[in-house]
Amino acid sequence: MSVTSTATGTPRHSDGPAPDTPHIVPVRHWGRAVAAVAAVAALAGLIGSLARNGNLHWDVIGHYLFAGLVFDGLATTLWLTAAAMTLGLVLGTLVAVLRLSEDPVLYGLSSLFVWVFRGTPLLVQIIFWGYAGALYKHVMIGIPFTGVTFFQADTNSLLTPSVAALLALGLNEAAYASEIVRAGIQSVDVGQTEAAHSLGMRPALTMRRIVLPQAMRVIIPPLGNETINMLKMTALVSVIAAHDLMSNIQDVYGQNYQVIPMLVVASLWYLALVSLLSLPQTWLERRYGRGTARGAAASPLRRLCGGLLTGTRTRTRKDPAR
Amino acid sequence: MVHAEGVRKHFGRLQVLKGIDLTVERGQVCCLLGPSGSGKSTFLRCVNHLERADGGRLRVDGEPVGYREQGSRLHELREREVAARRRDIGMVFQRFNLFPHLTALENVMEAPVKVTGTARTEARDDALRLLRQVGLADRAGHYPAQLSGGQQQRVAIARALAMKPKLMLFDEPTSALDPELVGDVLDVMRGLAEDGMTMVVVTHEIGFAREVADLAVFMDEGVVVESGDPRRVLVEPEQERTRAFLSKVL
Repeated sequence: MSVTSTATGTPRHSDGPAPDTPHIVPVRHWGRAVAAVAAVAALAGLIGSLARNGNLHWDVIGHYLFAGLVFDGLATTLWLTAAAMTLGLVLGTLVAVLRLSEDPVLYGLSSLFVWVFRGTPLLVQIIFWGYAGALYKHVMIGIPFTGVTFFQADTNSLLTPSVAALLALGLNEAAYASEIVRAGIQSVDVGQTEAAHSLGMRPALTMRRIVLPQAMRVIIPPLGNETINMLKMTALVSVIAAHDLMSNIQDVYGQNYQVIPMLVVASLWYLALVSLLSLPQTWLERRYGRGTARGAAASPLRRLCGGLLTGTRTRTRKDPAR
Repeated sequence: MVHAEGVRKHFGRLQVLKGIDLTVERGQVCCLLGPSGSGKSTFLRCVNHLERADGGRLRVDGEPVGYREQGSRLHELREREVAARRRDIGMVFQRFNLFPHLTALENVMEAPVKVTGTARTEARDDALRLLRQVGLADRAGHYPAQLSGGQQQRVAIARALAMKPKLMLFDEPTSALDPELVGDVLDVMRGLAEDGMTMVVVTHEIGFAREVADLAVFMDEGVVVESGDPRRVLVEPEQERTRAFLSKVL
């Protein structure tokens, strides 16, 4: 059974009114209905005008929308987003835990990391990693001052544009993600840690099994934001020619001068990908909302259509089962 | 089982415990009573090292809390070692502190599986038996948010018992409950006492203390004012301060 309540506080009578209850008329929001009609009309007008605008070159857009070059770029963009977010999240969680550590060395180093990577422009960081070969010709791992080397490589062969782009985006993301994770960890009640400790759980186990799963509820929405941001931020790596979607689009309009149509192609794809990315976020929010009353909210579509006239915004709640 | 000698504790400049002497023998039930801010809970939290005592001697089962004894020196324990010691001491909190992302059954199974390495099937059987013992066998699959306060607290007791502790600490276990739910929790605690569990209970339930406790300790402003047989301390106390407190709560 699920208890259903409405935003306006009026009880829903889906089971049919009880014999002694008079018929309840919900508040009618006529203003909303009028505004909806006006908004739809205005949007239709705008779309119509764009469709008839010859300067947009719909034929060029149509031609390049599913071009091989665009798909190659898309693959790179997706791969880069996934890899940079993974790197950012893993490293960010580590940095967050270190920043909450009592150890002054770990706290100091992690704070320094956040300060540097959050304090400099991402564009600068991308260029820096892309041109690191100009700073150090070779990378080597060994024992300093002894001449003993275990590993040595040419910087430019190691830091290919893809690797440089991944490092730049991933390290920058780690700095931001660490703050999100830290806020999430701090949002979990201290009593949870105490209860885990009283059961003999060690700090690391407590963090992994008790604190982080609860922190996820707070972490996921801003992290969804970060992922969407990252998808679009990958466009910046076009400055080091990493062959992402934006780089390839730029290559094309560099030759055919169809700047606006090509940017529309890029925008349509970014928009499509961002829309897809919202799905796993909803799913994750539900998963980590387990055991909380507000875990499952009504789906966006129902919110959009359901409340148009009567203001019925449903929010299901788990049965208290007393 | 618990042996305290002159235990002291400061929070900044505030001295919360001003030298607590207390001995609880194996199988005894000790109730700590007293007004808010008297240091009862702080002392209880010192016993399993959630708070670190600043001075005095505190031993549980012969071992100094938070230290390893070598000759005449005390070596501070690492967190891993402190955690190992805490396995033998169960604790029940005023605000239950159940893990909200785990079901009742998972709450009880978590520590045996992850800390002691008990096989899941065995831990599950144990957990179900404990939930039956606290009268909640039919709530095993419920999340804490789906349980009443009294039910949550009984799950919390089962969770603490799952580690087979030698000593159980209760920090005002019924203070956050609706009056009608207090009885169920106290019944479970009474059952534990009858089974011979060593218990230290911070409580305001004078009736429970009088009935179940072997030792009643009245604390005020960081010192033990009076302690002994609950039928004496809680019925005809010697100290004026104890009398004044009892006249207010009874």
